[in-house]
Amino acid sequence: METTAKISLHNLDFFYGKTHALKDINLDIPAHQVTAFIGPSGCGKSTLLRTFNRMYDLYPGQRAVGQILLDGKDILDKATDLNKLRARIGMVFQKPTPFPMSIYNNIAFGIKLYESPARSEMDDRVEWALKKAALWDEVKNKLGESGYSLSGGQQQRLCIARGIAVKPEVLLLDEPASSLDPISTARIEELIHELKTDYTIIIVTHSMQQAARVSDYTAYMYLGEMMEFGKTDVIFTNPNKKETEDYITGKFG
Amino acid sequence: MLPIYFRRRLINQVNLTISALAMLTGLFALGWILWTLLDYGFHGLSLSLFTQNTPPPGSSGGLLNAIVGSLLMTIIGTLIGTPIGIMAGTYLAEFGQRGWLAPTTRFINDILLSAPSIIIGLFVYEVYVATTRHFSGWAGAFALALLVIPVVVRTTEDTLALIPDTLREAAAALGAPRWKIVTLITWRAAKAGMMTGILLAVARISGETAPLLFTALNNQFWSNNMNGPMSNLPVVIFQMAMSPYDDWHHLAWAGALLITGTVLILSIIARFLFKKEQASF
Repeated sequence: METTAKISLHNLDFFYGKTHALKDINLDIPAHQVTAFIGPSGCGKSTLLRTFNRMYDLYPGQRAVGQILLDGKDILDKATDLNKLRARIGMVFQKPTPFPMSIYNNIAFGIKLYESPARSEMDDRVEWALKKAALWDEVKNKLGESGYSLSGGQQQRLCIARGIAVKPEVLLLDEPASSLDPISTARIEELIHELKTDYTIIIVTHSMQQAARVSDYTAYMYLGEMMEFGKTDVIFTNPNKKETEDYITGKFG
Repeated sequence: MLPIYFRRRLINQVNLTISALAMLTGLFALGWILWTLLDYGFHGLSLSLFTQNTPPPGSSGGLLNAIVGSLLMTIIGTLIGTPIGIMAGTYLAEFGQRGWLAPTTRFINDILLSAPSIIIGLFVYEVYVATTRHFSGWAGAFALALLVIPVVVRTTEDTLALIPDTLREAAAALGAPRWKIVTLITWRAAKAGMMTGILLAVARISGETAPLLFTALNNQFWSNNMNGPMSNLPVVIFQMAMSPYDDWHHLAWAGALLITGTVLILSIIARFLFKKEQASF
C-alpha cells in the first residue's frame, strides 16, 4: 500500500455480552483517504466503526479484544484517555443529533471542551467550521436560532461542522446520508471529497453506489468477518472473492 | 353488508357508549365538586382574607397567617426536595445501568410515591417533632420535602429516559466527560419535562393536610418563626370546616378555593412551559 496506515487493526474481536460480533479483523486504514465499510445489515460494520472511538464503552457488557493502533498506539489500552481519544476521532451519526442549543453553541460546545478562546476567536472558529461543512451561507444570519430549526440535511452538516470544529484527525461517518433526501446526500458526498485532504475518513454505508462514489478504499464485511479489503475501483470491478462480487452485483444481500 | 361487519359495528357502538358514559360520570363528579367549591368559595372571598389573621371562634377574619405559613413551608419543602429528587432521578436514568442500587432505589421510590401522606407525617413527628418536643414549621417543610422527592425522582427519570441515546453518544463522541453530557446536554434537552415534574410536586404538596397535622400543627396568630407551630391553609380548612361557626365555614371554603386556584394556575403554567419548549426544541 502506498499510503501510511492511520489506524491498524490486529486480531480484533468484539462481543456484545456473549455474542461474537466481530471475528479476528485485520485491517490497515490509510491516512488521508476515504475508506468505506459495506456489507449486509448486521455484518458488523457499524460495530467496527464504533470501536475506533470506543463508543461501545458507554454500554455495559460490550467489549473489544485485540489491538487497534492509532498512529501506532493501542487505543484499547486501559490507560487510554477516552476524552482525548474522542477529540482526535470525530463521529457523525445516522440521524442528525443537534444539541438542544443555538447553532452557534452547537459548534462552540466541542471547542469549549478543550480550549477557552476569546469571543472573537471563537466566532472565527465557528465560522471556519461552518464554512468547512458548507453550511455557513445558509445559517450565517441565524446563528442564535435553535439547531432544531434547520432541515434534516442542514442538521447533518451542522453535526459534521461540530465534529470538524474540534480539529480531529479521523472522522467516522455512520451512514451519514441514510435519512436524507438525494440533494442533501449529494452535498454530504461532495463534502466528504473536500474533507479528505485534511482528515482520514471512514464511512459506513448501505448504498453501494455511495461507497463507489466517495471512497478510495472499500472493505466488504459479512457476518462479522472482513471478507475483502482493497482499492474501491478494484473491489467494484474485479473483486478477489466470489462473495464480494455477489454482494456488489446484487445477487445477494 | 356481511353479518361479521354488522357485528363489529355493533360492538364498536356498545363500547363507545360505555366509554362515553364512564367519562361523563367522571366529569360530572368533577364538575359538581368544582361548582360547589366556586359557589361557596366566592361567598367567602373578600379583601380581608389577605389582610387579617385567622379569627377566634365565632368572629370574622382572614387567612393571612395561613397563606404565609403555607407559602413558607411549600417553598422550603420544594427547595429541599427538588435538588435531592433531581440528583436521584438523574442517577437512576444516567448512571444506574449496572448493579443493584438503581433497581432497589427505583422500587423504594415507587413505594414512597404511593405511600399515604399521613405516614410521612407520622414519620416526621416521630423523628423530629418528638425529639425537639415541639411542633414547628421546619418539621412541616421536611414532611413536604419527603413528598416532593419521589415525585421529582420519578418525573426526572422518566423525562431523561425519553432523551434519545444518540444525543448522549453525539456528545460523548466529541470527548465530553460524563458530567458535562448530563448537565449541559441531557438536562437541557429534558428541561421542560423536569420543570413540569417540579410544578406537579408543588401542586401535590400545596393541598396536603395529613403531614402538616402532626408537624406544623397550626397557629392562630401571625408567625414566621419556622421553629414554632405554624399556621397553614390545609389544616386551617380542616379545623374550620369541622367547627360549628358559619364565619369559619366561609373562610374554609375561601381557603379551599385559594388552594384549588393555585394548583390550577400551576398546572396551566406547567402545560404552557411544556408546549413552548416542545415547539422550539
